[in-house]
Amino acid sequence: MPEFEPKIVAFCCRYCAYTAADLAGSMRLQYSPNIRVVEMPCSGTIEHGLILSTFEKGVDGVYIAGCNLGDCHFLKGNVRAIKRVAAVKKILDEIGLGGERLEFFHVPASEGTKFAQVANEMTERIRQLGPSPLNKNAAGNAQKEGGQTA
Amino acid sequence: MIVAQQKPVSEIAQMISDCKKVLFLGCAGCVTVCLAGGEKETDVLASAIRIKRTLESNPLEATTFTCTRQCDPEYIVGIDNLVKDVDAIVSLACGVGVQYLAERFKDKWVVPALDTKFIGGSVVHGLWEEKCGLCGECILHRTGGICPIIRCSKSILNGPCGGSQHGKCEVDKDVDCAWQLIYDRMRALGKLDKLMEIQPIKDWSKSRDGGPRKAIREDVMIDE
Repeated sequence: MPEFEPKIVAFCCRYCAYTAADLAGSMRLQYSPNIRVVEMPCSGTIEHGLILSTFEKGVDGVYIAGCNLGDCHFLKGNVRAIKRVAAVKKILDEIGLGGERLEFFHVPASEGTKFAQVANEMTERIRQLGPSPLNKNAAGNAQKEGGQTA
Repeated sequence: MIVAQQKPVSEIAQMISDCKKVLFLGCAGCVTVCLAGGEKETDVLASAIRIKRTLESNPLEATTFTCTRQCDPEYIVGIDNLVKDVDAIVSLACGVGVQYLAERFKDKWVVPALDTKFIGGSVVHGLWEEKCGLCGECILHRTGGICPIIRCSKSILNGPCGGSQHGKCEVDKDVDCAWQLIYDRMRALGKLDKLMEIQPIKDWSKSRDGGPRKAIREDVMIDE
């Protein structure tokens, strides 16, 4: 059986992590191809509902990447994002999906290597956890769903 | 406003565990302002329970809608078409909204997603505190705009009591003694003499002691 390749959505602040992704590309850094980057105007624009609906669509992991504390372009957006992520982690634990599938990372714009490191770290974490039970395209789940495949 | 807080997701999920199709109904009134049952909270709750049910191999078809207010019949008349096919309605309104839904949709299982807490206001974003005891006969003009009915732990009308120490209430060091606040404010306003006036015994029949209450304004009632 092929190794499970997780699908991970990374909500990235345009002032830091998204710019760091560009830098990682310019530096020709290799990082996990499992992440799908979504540009956000600020990590503080993330909402509880958006994270949950992303999981509902079957992704295996989600992370939000924002600025270092004190560096937010909008002053406290990253602080708010951290609190929201903590709240959604609690919900995920309560409903049985597991809060460890969600994380917040600080990725400054100047650190392309940190962007690549975070992408690899999250991919490895989700690979260890296995596919989300909501991921209908994952091999094990497809069988449960009656042979549905990607 | 009425301040409410959401029940645990697992508790709400348990109430509708045997339902296949459910309407999650938010309210755009007080519970939107106190971030307990507005449009966002309704979507988050529906999403969380949908995921939980999918993981339990008991999928749930959940639809969401947010009324202007659930405590006015005219706003819930409009959701008849949404209610028609569902097994249950999860109301994210205060206890008033839940009862209005149960009265209108007599054949539907209506459950509360919120615990209705108190009448209060916001202190900072994310923190609300109780301010009104709904006693039915306001006495704030006699107490410097500070309500002893709800802000005094004993609801006494001639405080402070012996449990007031350094401006705090004996029940909790974080609770201000309402009567200390009243005294300080009346003194600052130069109205301490008002506190010396003899007041009649409070008529508690105008509060909950008189049973469920009604408020009527005949001049605005529409004759059918």
